[in-house]
Amino acid sequence: MLKKLKPLSLLLFLALPLMLAGCSTPEVLDPKGPVASQQSDLIILSIIFMLTIVAVVFVLLTIILVKYRERKDHDKYSPELHGSMLLETIWTIIPIIIVVILAVPTVRTIYSLEEAPQPKTAEAANEDPLVVHATSINWKWVFTYPDEDIETVNYLHIPIHRPVEFKLTSADSMAALWIPSLGGQKYNMAGMQTTLYLQADHVGTYDGRNANFTGEGFNEQRFKVYADEEADYQQWVEEVQNSAPELTQYEYDNLLIPGVYDGTAEFNGTHLQWIDHSKNADYTLEAWDRLGYEPKNPHAKDKSQNILPEDEIPYYQQDNTVDNSDEDMDSEEHAHAGHE
Amino acid sequence: MDLKWNEFIITGDPLILGAQISILLGGIAVVAALTYFKKWSWLWKEWLTSVDHKKLGIMYILSALLMLFRGGIDGLMIRTQLAKPGMEFLDPQHYNEVFSTHGVIMILFMAMPFLIGLINYIVPLQIGARDVAFPYLNNLSFWTFFVGMALFNISFIIGGSPDAGWTGYTPLATNEFSPGPGQNYYLLAIQIAGIGTLMTGINFFVTILKMRTKGMTLMKMSMFTWTSLITMLIIIFAFPVLTVALAMQTFDRLFGSVLFTLQGDGNPMLWVNLFWVWGHPEVYIVILPAFGIFSEIISTFARKQLFAYKAMVVSIVTISVLSFLVWVHHFFTMGNSAEANSFFSITTMAISIPTGVKIFNWLFTMYRGRITFTTPMLWSLAFIPNFVIGGVTGVMLAMAAADYQYHNTYFLVSHFHYVLISGTVFACFAGLIYWYPKMFGHKLNEKIGKWAFWIFVIGFNVCFFPQYFLGLDGMPRRISTYLPEDGWTGLNMISTIGAFMMGLAFLIFVYNIYYSWRYSPREKTGDAWGLGRNLEWATTSSIPPHYNFAVLPEVTGLDPYWDMKEKGLDQQKNTDYKPIHMPSNSSTPAIMSALMGMAAFGLVFQWYWVGIVGAVGIFITMIVRSFDYNDGYYVSVEEIKETEAKANK
Repeated sequence: MLKKLKPLSLLLFLALPLMLAGCSTPEVLDPKGPVASQQSDLIILSIIFMLTIVAVVFVLLTIILVKYRERKDHDKYSPELHGSMLLETIWTIIPIIIVVILAVPTVRTIYSLEEAPQPKTAEAANEDPLVVHATSINWKWVFTYPDEDIETVNYLHIPIHRPVEFKLTSADSMAALWIPSLGGQKYNMAGMQTTLYLQADHVGTYDGRNANFTGEGFNEQRFKVYADEEADYQQWVEEVQNSAPELTQYEYDNLLIPGVYDGTAEFNGTHLQWIDHSKNADYTLEAWDRLGYEPKNPHAKDKSQNILPEDEIPYYQQDNTVDNSDEDMDSEEHAHAGHE
Repeated sequence: MDLKWNEFIITGDPLILGAQISILLGGIAVVAALTYFKKWSWLWKEWLTSVDHKKLGIMYILSALLMLFRGGIDGLMIRTQLAKPGMEFLDPQHYNEVFSTHGVIMILFMAMPFLIGLINYIVPLQIGARDVAFPYLNNLSFWTFFVGMALFNISFIIGGSPDAGWTGYTPLATNEFSPGPGQNYYLLAIQIAGIGTLMTGINFFVTILKMRTKGMTLMKMSMFTWTSLITMLIIIFAFPVLTVALAMQTFDRLFGSVLFTLQGDGNPMLWVNLFWVWGHPEVYIVILPAFGIFSEIISTFARKQLFAYKAMVVSIVTISVLSFLVWVHHFFTMGNSAEANSFFSITTMAISIPTGVKIFNWLFTMYRGRITFTTPMLWSLAFIPNFVIGGVTGVMLAMAAADYQYHNTYFLVSHFHYVLISGTVFACFAGLIYWYPKMFGHKLNEKIGKWAFWIFVIGFNVCFFPQYFLGLDGMPRRISTYLPEDGWTGLNMISTIGAFMMGLAFLIFVYNIYYSWRYSPREKTGDAWGLGRNLEWATTSSIPPHYNFAVLPEVTGLDPYWDMKEKGLDQQKNTDYKPIHMPSNSSTPAIMSALMGMAAFGLVFQWYWVGIVGAVGIFITMIVRSFDYNDGYYVSVEEIKETEAKANK
């Protein structure tokens, strides 16, 4: 008896976590911006199709197992039946149709996510996306606002209803910037720059993190996103500009030493004045050298590390200048746009 | 590598100390038992140097079961650490090592050898051959696999395990971010085992093409043989990529090249591409033979020929072609162009078409059949609904725009466990139980087997189904702990309970092996289930003699043994025996592989003199082998008569 109930019991398992999860909508299906909503819509569309397929197979399997199980009289047994052009055609054509139906919105969304979300209001239409450089460092996040000339560690503020153009790169391992409530992730890679558009439409605090494994401190490479009203956002920017300390190269180089950064920080000035990791991947290891840092076998008994103090580092003897001319042009453009 | 003497053996962790003590005691017990019962020479002559495909198959399967245990312990440790937020069972470094070895072991040292073991044992029988095309090479394949496996497994007690994930992504896996010997173990152990797999690929490809018995045309081959043939083809195309990629990363780590490094304009993304150019076909290498096993079992216990045999063949060939055209779906989030992501989305979704065809063909194989629910059949039936869940979530993942939200999360983790466990692991259990009487002369106990089945399948769903929801709720893979406010506690706890149920089921399964060895009735005929359809069941005795068939069978139709039974042909009546040419055992493969292990071990710690001595040794064994003029021996007619008479008793 139990045997017959197997597919049914599986259905029960399907339902169980659904009920458990029913208490709260999963983050990905509770979008707080246009990018996440497009993805959530696509996911829900696919779930509907997939549940239909699952249901068809489960029902068919149950019927076949019940009807054609071995019994005393096997008058339904027809061993000579081993093919049917019609049936085979049906179950080749239907999956093709489903794939086509799913491919269309998929491709459309893929293309749409490469662009900044369409503004909803005429006022917003005049605004360029807010540019934020998100740099992953083992195991912390540095957010750079080139136009505002400020930099934060492990948190960021963004205005709502305005697309944010994240310029992603990494100082070391490959990471992935992911803010599930606002949209899907993209990789941060050293020596390369990727672009990710996200936007928040609701004021709130969202969880962001590195989603791609980067080693020991990976767990704690998390950050908070504060989505504010435009005015509040501007106020925050000014506060940072007025009160945050100046970022020094020594301080920045210290951030490049692998480690978990407790808490958050903000600075005036950005690391782009010395280094753009998307153009120069060697910088991090050079900074390690300057500071006297050497990676150690994780099973070494002596885990201590020596980091040289600032006054012992002959900074200005080294040539760390990077060609930032492209960057400058970018920021001029944005500054110009901002005045309109 | 400036390794201090006290860092060579890993100390200071109670879990590892426990493993070290049990390995030591287990080793002493095995050595003592072999010495006490005077079995050393038996072990060496009958097994370790054997070129008999059946014995090699059994050794592969035993190794794989051992690795299922090891990888399973890793899995349980992962689930224990994640059961509750803020657990301190494993520190992040240890956790990283555990999930990295879990992945490598389960794919490369469990799934592959298990399936290769079954292929080794069954395929030559199914095509009516006496052995494989290159028996010596077959033994060498086994030993390179075994040495690679052993090298990988000692890493956690000597020097430290790899900790950059089973994918070993650069730049994380480069010296700067993964210092120490761990990643070297990964590179060299997989390299050695990979060479063995490539040789297996060539060996069985040739075997299936060239050694089929009279009348066995390609379109009369069993589905398991067909899937094996295609699998070998994929191996031949995919494994060289892995070999080269591993060699490149090894050069980066040992000899200072800058291919995948951060410095010197290295291109870490090239590793990711190369890894998955091998890695995705690898997925099909472990799933296609599983499809073959299910086809055999479903058709046997439904007492019907496989539905739409030709469509099944066409679909596996299609899958094998598509398997090389989808690798980018492992990193849709790398910032590829919209064109590239669209292309790979569609090719990936397209794989669901031939796979869907197969699912329906399996269902309709049972339509108007007479289904008996034996344990291997139960595993095969459970495969269908579970694999469909894994498959449809695979289609969801294939939709690149949505994948940006699933990537690197537990949604993905759950998807690939659904396909790999309900596909490959269920098939390994099903195949082992189904062919167990062929290998050991008695069946596994059905009652205990069914207990193991139900606990495993329920535990599997309890473990992995909640993970889809954890993924949608933003839980990334590979995190070693989480916060209470993340809201993932309940589902993680459920998942952990499921994992332990699977562990329990494995123990019951192993107990069943012991129980059945003691108490199961011995099989009297070659056709243990009484429903056999293919030639492996056509042997005179339950366990085939070392030459398999006294007289090679002649094939008249699809499902040849069933066909013979229907037509009342008894091929055992043919006693026109002729002397049989068989290959001789050889001890060079074991020695050569041991030297490979020695050379690799030296390289892991950058003790180059050990590496050089090992490499010279390998060349010497190759030279010795090339002067070996032994080309086998003949089994005399008297010996055949004697063996066959005993079998028919």
